[in-house]
Amino acid sequence: MQQHPMPEFGSFTLLLALILCVYTLVVGGIALWRSRGNANDSTAGRLGETARRAGISSFIAMSCAAFALVWASFTNDYSVSYILHHTNRALPSAYKFSALWSGQEGSLLLWAWLLAAYGFVLRIRHRVDVRLTAFASVILAGIQVFFLLLLNFAAPPFAIQPGPMATDGFGLNPLLQYPEMVIHPPMLYLGYVGFSVPFAFALGALMMRYPGEKWIHITRRWTMVTWLFLTCGIFLGAHWAYSVLGWGGYWGWDPVENASLMPWLTGTAFLHSVMMQEKRGMMKSWNVWLIFSTFLLTILGTLLTRSGIVSSVHAFAQSSIGEWFYGFILIVFAVCLFTFFKQKDHLKSENKLESLVSRESSFLFNNLVLLAACFTVLWGTLFPVLSEYVQGSKVTVGAPFYNRVNLPIGLFLLFLTGIGPLLAWRSTSLRSMRRNFILPGVAVGVTLVGLMASGVDRPWTEGDNMQASLFSLIAFSLGAGVITTIVSEFLRGAGVVRTQTGKNLAASTLLLVRRNTRRYGGYIVHFGIVVMFVGIAGGAFNQSHEQEMGFGDEMKMGPFRLVCQSFTQDSNPNFETEYALLDVYKGGKKITQLAPEKRFYIASQQSSTVVANHSTLANDLYVIYEGKNPDTEKPIIKVFLNPLMNWIWIGVLIVVFGTFVALVPNLTRTVAKAPVELDAPIDAEVHHA
Amino acid sequence: MLKRWMQAGFVCLLAVVMLGANDSESRFNRIGHQMMCACGCAQVLLDCNHVGCPDSARMIVELRTQMAGGGTDTSILNWFAAKYGATILAAPIRGGFDRVAWITPLAVFFLATVGTGFLIRVWKLRSVQSHVGDGAVHDAGLDAVRDRIRRETEY
Repeated sequence: MQQHPMPEFGSFTLLLALILCVYTLVVGGIALWRSRGNANDSTAGRLGETARRAGISSFIAMSCAAFALVWASFTNDYSVSYILHHTNRALPSAYKFSALWSGQEGSLLLWAWLLAAYGFVLRIRHRVDVRLTAFASVILAGIQVFFLLLLNFAAPPFAIQPGPMATDGFGLNPLLQYPEMVIHPPMLYLGYVGFSVPFAFALGALMMRYPGEKWIHITRRWTMVTWLFLTCGIFLGAHWAYSVLGWGGYWGWDPVENASLMPWLTGTAFLHSVMMQEKRGMMKSWNVWLIFSTFLLTILGTLLTRSGIVSSVHAFAQSSIGEWFYGFILIVFAVCLFTFFKQKDHLKSENKLESLVSRESSFLFNNLVLLAACFTVLWGTLFPVLSEYVQGSKVTVGAPFYNRVNLPIGLFLLFLTGIGPLLAWRSTSLRSMRRNFILPGVAVGVTLVGLMASGVDRPWTEGDNMQASLFSLIAFSLGAGVITTIVSEFLRGAGVVRTQTGKNLAASTLLLVRRNTRRYGGYIVHFGIVVMFVGIAGGAFNQSHEQEMGFGDEMKMGPFRLVCQSFTQDSNPNFETEYALLDVYKGGKKITQLAPEKRFYIASQQSSTVVANHSTLANDLYVIYEGKNPDTEKPIIKVFLNPLMNWIWIGVLIVVFGTFVALVPNLTRTVAKAPVELDAPIDAEVHHA
Repeated sequence: MLKRWMQAGFVCLLAVVMLGANDSESRFNRIGHQMMCACGCAQVLLDCNHVGCPDSARMIVELRTQMAGGGTDTSILNWFAAKYGATILAAPIRGGFDRVAWITPLAVFFLATVGTGFLIRVWKLRSVQSHVGDGAVHDAGLDAVRDRIRRETEY
């Protein structure tokens, strides 16, 4: 009988992790139950501590399991079915590592490992609030148990391949053999999984009727970091699609892309509306449901990726684990609903909205728009399933649907981004509105007229692209208005600091940001979003052309002229390749040489394109080698001219920077002077508020 | 006067949206972007760069033939839907139940906006009532407690 020490070790550690998580869930739950009426119950305290330590140990067990799979990949252990189907000997090391998340079982293992890692940090930092963390830890353990049940019984990553061990594997999907694919899935998963933590804190705080809003302060950084990971994950995926798939675009509204966008939208709504709870004690039920929905959408996203219920280029083969996810979603939803109705009186709003023209109402509309966008995406994703159920035939809901419905929603959101910061909390007077809105209004008008007059945008002469270019004109103009708002907010604040301190404008601005990192970090994020909108709006002016190109043949595209210098082929142990060398000229001067490529991967017997891209701030010259014409033996080259593409990626970098700024503590921190006393009168009064 | 200006602006906007050149190449692009490639790559017909795609070249020829035959956009799309099935259309545009796909998001957005407006109105009314009734005294006491909690639990 063959021995498989490492896979057996991996299976054992997965089982051990499951036992430890079940212990954390059950014993932790018992400890919380026992300590309900008596916070000083020493037995409950000791039980709770063992549960916490078991939770910490589950991370170590999960790390061992992940290590075992990576080890099996690096040592070409093809006795493991997963390794056989997702790697091969000639695969470069980085991709052998990324094989951990290139299949269903591996990516579930990554999910569970990241969840254990988040749980580890949460349990280590339990002193922030011991009782609340204990609740969150038990809830996280419940989620961990679900994923570990999957890994142990439904999708085991260490399943042994029957028969004699193969000499080589089937290889990794060629589309995944790209450097960004090494970091895109972990980033996305860090975002997906990370929302479990604010969810656990929110549910825990509701279960224990947590007084005050400290739980929001505790989870704020978790939520922002998670949101940041999800943002990076989504845009790394978009950049990968742009660089690898070779269709000239970056977002195809594929169900799995949609699945990542939905929790991002609700998470963004939560980050905004939670400010109303912190500042004014409003929207408590709303916020709780936003974070519940965000978590449920992350699970739905995983279900869509894994179950194959919707057609997607990302979806793995249809499997039985979809039923597990349905069950889990139902259980989580039932727990949320039960807890919400049981503790509803704890969530009563402390203040009411006083005016339609206020910061609060702008947040409310911001949430409305974000949720409308989320609903549209969810509706479009699930409509084919609904259509099949009602009409008996599936339909496709693709880019034309999403673009038409979501573009106006996106522009409305951009508009709100501009006006929100100009409105005061509680109520804004007509006078202050006039004063605040005049400058952004002028910026919108000047940009609109300037663009139309200069001929940058002529929506009435663009034929089929007319509506898209009209939307871009609106986007550019609104963008100018929002940027003016942001700059004027910075200048106004810096002016006050300058008067107070006598420092110069730059130093005053820096001090201003350091004094309120959250607010000004938020403005930087908004600025990044505007830059991204500008980049997206540039898509209305994309051009493309396809042509056969032999030696010396030329193609014109916008300001560029491409000349084919040669075309040839090559090979290495991993793939065979065909490519063309194209000289690119602009204004009669050679600026670069591009080499678009087509590869044929030997192990997986699959082809893929490698895009050649000359990228500048103004536009991307995006070149694809489409293959050879069998009659003439000449390569077919497709060229896209995509204006302002770089603005999207620069916008993302600004968003990342802004989020980092918002995460930095303020220069002058408010320190709690006395611990809160959980005495009965305050507790009772709050409960009945 | 303002109403007149708004009406004029709306008419101009409508004119801008409705006008437009309609040459055959732009029509080809428009229709070609309303269909999916049949090869299963999940890409729009004119964006399919699937190496050695067995379908896109043939479908593009079919599209040009249908356009040359003088069919309307709708009849061309219907022809493709009849030949390849409804999933060949990039969006649900066949009428009937397909309309639900378009109407629902708009209806939900509209209802949510109206609902939010109604909610704000109710809140405003309650806010006014709580200031004139005896609840004002009670609320002031609770406000103090809540302020204290918020202050003391500041993180």
